[in-house]
Amino acid sequence: MRKPRDFIAYLQAAPLMAVLLAFLIAPIFMIVVVSFWGATEFSIYPAFQFDNYAFLFGSPVTYKVFFATFKYAIITWAFTLAIGFTVAYFLAFHVRTQAMQTALFLLCTIPFLTSNIIRMISWIPFLGRNGIANQALISWGVIDEPLEWLLYSDFSVILAFVHLYTLFMVVPIFNTMMRIDKSFIEAAYDNGATGLQTLWHVIVPLTKPGIMIGTIFVVTLVMGDFITVRFMSGSQKANVGRLISNDISLLQYPSAAATAVVLLCTVLIVIGLLLRFVNIRKEL
Amino acid sequence: MEQRSRSFYVLSGFFCVFLLFLYGPTLTIGVLSFQGEKGGLTFPMRGTSFNWFRELFEQQAVGDIWGSFRRSLALGFMVMITTVVVSVSAGLAFRKRFAGSAVLFYFAITSLVIPSILVSLGVGLIFNQLGFKVHWATSGFGSQLTWTLPFGLLIMFAVFNRFDKSYEEAARDQGATSWQIVRHVILPIIAPSLIGVALFGFTLSYDEFARTLLTSGSYNTLPLEIFGMTTNVTTPVIYALGTFTTLFSLGIIGIFLVIVWLMGKRRARSGSDAGKAV
Repeated sequence: MRKPRDFIAYLQAAPLMAVLLAFLIAPIFMIVVVSFWGATEFSIYPAFQFDNYAFLFGSPVTYKVFFATFKYAIITWAFTLAIGFTVAYFLAFHVRTQAMQTALFLLCTIPFLTSNIIRMISWIPFLGRNGIANQALISWGVIDEPLEWLLYSDFSVILAFVHLYTLFMVVPIFNTMMRIDKSFIEAAYDNGATGLQTLWHVIVPLTKPGIMIGTIFVVTLVMGDFITVRFMSGSQKANVGRLISNDISLLQYPSAAATAVVLLCTVLIVIGLLLRFVNIRKEL
Repeated sequence: MEQRSRSFYVLSGFFCVFLLFLYGPTLTIGVLSFQGEKGGLTFPMRGTSFNWFRELFEQQAVGDIWGSFRRSLALGFMVMITTVVVSVSAGLAFRKRFAGSAVLFYFAITSLVIPSILVSLGVGLIFNQLGFKVHWATSGFGSQLTWTLPFGLLIMFAVFNRFDKSYEEAARDQGATSWQIVRHVILPIIAPSLIGVALFGFTLSYDEFARTLLTSGSYNTLPLEIFGMTTNVTTPVIYALGTFTTLFSLGIIGIFLVIVWLMGKRRARSGSDAGKAV
């Protein structure tokens, strides 16, 4: 009886397995292999050498760029968590009708389904030297000169990250909050807890799985990014993703591959640590 | 109904500011795409005109926008259909416990969290070394699936976690075959969620940038074309394009929402009385 059921399950899982083997596992394997290869100015050749890694770990730039990557990830994480939690909390506990909840939730979700690049471009008229922000601040008399650091800076990079990825916090946190048994909260109030005490001692602990899933999304998206940093910093800032994409544009594939391997390991270690706190499949 | 607390008003205010933050910039470029002919990339508006939209629709010097739009559309539909079929199939598989399911699950999670540029780089390298030409419909298609399939799979997990198994047990008791159960019981029940998976599949593909960067070959998809424009186009035509493609995405989302809504209505009208006796 077990055998045929197993067989059908394999058949049903086979397409997914095939796609992931061909376009995820094989490429990762290929990157690992190529990271030991050598390169001339025009071509790459098979080899087994540690030059790429030696160069990578020997260069002070690497450490600076990895540091910048973690910096972006942590700051973005803090902002998306604060905003995402507040929004999810509002939707889950303060909006009363289900129709309204669905409508507002959709309103939050829709931007996620539109183009990231367009959403980045759309900050230019806001943040530019003659942008809305500077004009407003000048007309209010807050500043005399336009602020230069609004666009093409760490500020604009992080702003764009928060803009693009807060949704990845809102959705899982909202999802977890909706499944909190409301009687827990009533029980807390009945026992004399204040609103803040209820929030901190009841809601936050019960929302942890959602926070973890959101964290995994945001941290991996920011750590693996290269286009937001490139575009929003006007190519003036770097993170690991940009290091890789620069090597690629110079056709230095082995060096790009070595950096990619180190990045992948870093991301997987971070995820591994986060996954210790949550069982994803149970939380959906 | 009890009195609204003060925190409700504070949080409502916060939520409105959040929405403004989400939509404000997009609305701004929407306005600026009607910039007058002499106007620039920022305010003030120097008159209003359809100049930039006209430029967009004319055969222009800024590249092959409409070609890339058609390619993105075709690729979006390919990815959408594949995502729905493969996710449902895998979702059904995961309901049974099969050896290797944990490995497959971790592959899917890896696919979700791996930096996109690694997929791009790896697939590009494989195609180069095997002597294949990268093309949006082959390597680009596969690379995008590594992003859409995990989402589809996660949605299927959510769906099947809430699925009431007594429906299919009832069908089995009445002698339905496995295939009949899937076709006549499971699929109709999960249909609205499949619309959601399809919407994700299409829009994620239509907007995907990093995974297509090194895998689309000599013919660009629309996001790649737009990114190319950001480096060499300095007129509001890029806003016009942004407005156009955002409206297009909104239209697609609207269509899917209407389909879900119609399904719900049809179900309410002609649905059975199952579950009402409880």
